[in-house]
Amino acid sequence: MALEKNDIKLGLVPLIDAAPLIVAKEKGFFEEQGLNVTLSVEASWASIRDKVAAGLLDAAHMLAPMPIAATAGIDGVGVPMMTALSLNLNGNAIAVSQSLYWRLQLDELTPISVGERLKRVLEADRAAGAPPRVFAHVFPFSPHHYELRYWLAGCDIDPDRDLQLVVIPPPQMVRALRDGSIDGFCVGAPWGAVAQAAGIGRVVLNKYQIWNNSPEKVLGVTHAWAEAHPQTHLALIAALIRAAQWLDQPANRSEAARLIVEGHYVEATPETVHESLAVGAPGKPENAGLVFHAGAATFPWVSHALWFVGQMRRWNQLPPGTDGDALARASYRPDLYRAAAAQFGMPCPAVDLKSEGQHAGIHTLSRDHTIELGADRFFDGAGYSPS
Amino acid sequence: MRVMLVDDEPERRAATEAPLRLLGHEVVGFSTSTSDLAAAVKRHQPDVILVDVDVPGRDTLESLGQVTRDRPRPIVLFASHSEPETIRKALQAGVSSYVVDGMNPARLKPIIDVAIARFEEFQALRNELEETRSKLADRRDIEKAKGLLMKRRNLDENGAYELLRRMAMDRNLKLGDAARTLIAAAELL
Repeated sequence: MALEKNDIKLGLVPLIDAAPLIVAKEKGFFEEQGLNVTLSVEASWASIRDKVAAGLLDAAHMLAPMPIAATAGIDGVGVPMMTALSLNLNGNAIAVSQSLYWRLQLDELTPISVGERLKRVLEADRAAGAPPRVFAHVFPFSPHHYELRYWLAGCDIDPDRDLQLVVIPPPQMVRALRDGSIDGFCVGAPWGAVAQAAGIGRVVLNKYQIWNNSPEKVLGVTHAWAEAHPQTHLALIAALIRAAQWLDQPANRSEAARLIVEGHYVEATPETVHESLAVGAPGKPENAGLVFHAGAATFPWVSHALWFVGQMRRWNQLPPGTDGDALARASYRPDLYRAAAAQFGMPCPAVDLKSEGQHAGIHTLSRDHTIELGADRFFDGAGYSPS
Repeated sequence: MRVMLVDDEPERRAATEAPLRLLGHEVVGFSTSTSDLAAAVKRHQPDVILVDVDVPGRDTLESLGQVTRDRPRPIVLFASHSEPETIRKALQAGVSSYVVDGMNPARLKPIIDVAIARFEEFQALRNELEETRSKLADRRDIEKAKGLLMKRRNLDENGAYELLRRMAMDRNLKLGDAARTLIAAAELL
């Protein structure tokens, strides 16, 4: 079917998980779909939001909760947005400064044990009259923010009272940790590895350990754009699914790293970029790294949206009385994903919701054994079954 | 008025600073790539923040007051080399106020005024929302405290409400706060 538009401008923030966009452009997957895509590297998530809202970008690499916040009208702009494609799972790291690392005296890098030690240090700090520790994340509506809060609260640390949370753009995290303005951060690849390689911080946990294979970035568009360009939207999704498939073939990861480095999309050393894309690195928990396609990683689960809605409610970001179910379904659109996947006969989940927290390894959907999913546990053993 | 200016280009920072001073504003200038913006906002307590649309520090500035309990401030974006069409579209979409590079000082004042007015309008809405939220929380906690009193003191609903009201008056507390104190005490026991 004819595309409504061929020249497309896509926004991205300099992070390794923008890889599907970069790969689709550099390996010709967009071109295969008849799309002529220009990638625009943006300096901030606010800039991504504004430019998509204003129509200066057609679509963009977004934090998974951003379309939800936009549709709820709580993002400061209020132009409703949606996603019909998840770009990746996992990838974030929680790191602390060298000095906090030594204070923590960690013997085990698990969320519970790091949380216990952190709580002890925070209590000692308070007893000594020290100012609260500062941890950074990247945006008020980010998986990083909710992960950090979920982990802290789960370890009986009040993220509003026991420490201070601030927002710092990813490329500035390492500097902020070095100059002592923060004590720790939660950020996407490669910045945790960069801090560690520079001897400035220590990665103590990753996103996978807090919630296995949890959603991270999505492809976001406005509702108005999606309605005006339905075929173009499907073509974009199809090209990016192909890129995700390509990226999850282990042999292609080092070529992907080369494309990111040579295109100057992320200003980090080639070694760090390669490391961030490495599959099954020794010493890491299974599948702790970035997943682009395996385990239905590209599918926009409404249950993931509902989990984010729950966190927005928990931390008082949503007005009371908001219809969470309607909000999640308006911002996450698996129906459009299925339409795009059908174009090349790719099997995809027939249901919009899945339970979380109940599987320690690879499993299949209870009603569809052809779809394989990865582990989905939360660090605190909680279960999550939206209906 | 105290204005905080955030821009990575020192020349443009200077060029914007001069007209602002002429207008009688107190100006502090920063580069986003070398400053801890959160600390700067805390230290200087600006009334309004002017920030270049393309600096990454925007995420930091926006989040102040969105999640933390710091006093939020209006943010005015200024864009260099932007076409009027870009600005028009952005404003239509609800993006904060834009100032264009090289603007004459006479135009700067009304734009800042409009940004502040718009911000105050937004704040008023937000406060209203806060109020509704706390009223709802009050109602929930009062019901819960009443339930506790009814059970423990063997009172009917009116009796429990009266007792709670008297406790609040004696301790000079709002009814909602008295209810929460009671619930907390009950949880300890």
